[in-house]
Amino acid sequence: MRVQNNETMRVQSSKSRIEKHHIEDLVGRSYMSFCVLLLIVSIVSMVYFVTSRGISTFAIDKVSISDFFFGTTWSPEGDHPSFGALPFIAGSFITTLLAALIASPLSICAALFMTEIVPGWGKKLLQPVIELLSGIPSVVYGFVGLSVIVPFLRNVFPGQGIGVAAGALVLSVMILPTITSVAVDALSTLPRNLKESSFALGATRWQTIARVIIPTTLPAIMTGVVLGMARAFGEALAVQMVIGNAPFIPTSLFESASTLTSVITLGMGNTTMGSPHNNALWSMALVLMLMTFLFVFVVRMLEKRRSI
Amino acid sequence: MEATLTAPHILQPAKTERDFRTENLSIYYGTYEAVKGISLPFPEKSVTALIGPSGCGKSTFLRSLNRMNDEISGSTSKGSIWIDGVDINASGTDVIKLRQKIGMVWQKPNPFYKSIYENIAFGPKYHGVKGKKALDEIVESSLRRAALWDEVKDRLKESALALSGGQQQRLCIARALSVNPQILLLDEPASALDPVSTGKVEELIKELKEQLRIVIVTHNMQQAARISDFTAYFYLGQLIEYGMTEKVFTNPENTMTQEYIMGRFG
Repeated sequence: MRVQNNETMRVQSSKSRIEKHHIEDLVGRSYMSFCVLLLIVSIVSMVYFVTSRGISTFAIDKVSISDFFFGTTWSPEGDHPSFGALPFIAGSFITTLLAALIASPLSICAALFMTEIVPGWGKKLLQPVIELLSGIPSVVYGFVGLSVIVPFLRNVFPGQGIGVAAGALVLSVMILPTITSVAVDALSTLPRNLKESSFALGATRWQTIARVIIPTTLPAIMTGVVLGMARAFGEALAVQMVIGNAPFIPTSLFESASTLTSVITLGMGNTTMGSPHNNALWSMALVLMLMTFLFVFVVRMLEKRRSI
Repeated sequence: MEATLTAPHILQPAKTERDFRTENLSIYYGTYEAVKGISLPFPEKSVTALIGPSGCGKSTFLRSLNRMNDEISGSTSKGSIWIDGVDINASGTDVIKLRQKIGMVWQKPNPFYKSIYENIAFGPKYHGVKGKKALDEIVESSLRRAALWDEVKDRLKESALALSGGQQQRLCIARALSVNPQILLLDEPASALDPVSTGKVEELIKELKEQLRIVIVTHNMQQAARISDFTAYFYLGQLIEYGMTEKVFTNPENTMTQEYIMGRFG
């Protein structure tokens, strides 16, 4: 930034007229700074808003933190309201983990199929399918879940069909494209001669996949799994349509339950701003937000590991 | 240009059990003929250098010797590759078995994302070597043969990626040696290394040729002259000249070879 002596003279001589490219540079820089500032302000104010609202459950309504996180009774209205959010927290975690468990192996296999087994037409065929899957609105997933998965579960298993299993299945299909596309990216950036080194030692394709390709790309694939989990955790509409929305901790996969998101979307419109019920919903939103931060943090850690 | 090509002079050694050579080998990518009917012998206990400008087919040729081109879709080949009296280019060859006989090392060091020990033990494990003691022995002997043992013997459990580039490349050579191949294919093994590491790798190649046949692709003329016994000059998928390295470098029969070696083109 420091201007050299002879350059100072040159700059002084042209001081009278500000050159065009300087103005362009200034305008561009100001515009960029404005955009970034806007972004930062909106994120910070959103975090602040959710946090301040979320905290008021504990600060203003004097609900104890342990009652909120570990209480199992949710009856926010009435004379003796109770704000136990554990059923929803548990519901969110259970459906998310189940969805990840179902979707991860399928996605990884799909990605391997597209990159290792049949890189030609496999990729040509599946890539658009995967992209299409990620573009379908969540209400459509929920609707399909409600009209296909729920009746199927009702016929095959005990219970009403709606419940944790239905929610997890719908979510697993929804996060399939996320995990698959991250896994495909990870697999296709793998140096080809790393695979070939394994072949050159006389390893079979399967041995190479199991012992070289998957271990090498695992951190990146896990990034995809975590991103998928983040999506599952935050998904509201589709889950709400099939999970049954009962405020209880489910004891079986085929029982109705609720998630943090489903209870927020159902409750938000029916409460008045600032009421204890409303504040409790904000607290759950805060939990969701913190979980998202955690997912982002985990992804960061995985990427760090990958670069070693 | 075509007119100046004289018929390549091919040495035709007597066919023996321990023979390793190609016969009229052509390799195609789709319809493009990358290697055009090349016959080359690879004598025992010798280093054969493949030289030529980029795109001349020498790497493709090298990769075909352990059927690595099978991994590239659209690649086909004609002709024969004889090893120990068997044509390994014939369909029905057990490629997995074959590749144990032929080790390969690439331009960029590419250790597995595993420990130094696991990198070496990887191949032998798949070929039925069981027990820690047997594996320990293979790891030590392979690393010794690659002149790396003294540098890494105290850190075998550390990640192979923590090694320097030159060490990584010698590790890759040790890894290739771990399955006890008869032939070692080197695809520009020193081009990504600094001069000191290059020197070490060249030293190693000279030592290893006492034990096995080595085929090396190189862009470095001095390197070819320093370490090889035989040199083959490729141009546009054709073998232009083949002979003793000394002869090819001092008194080439073909003017194109001479021009390439002198650095006038390529």
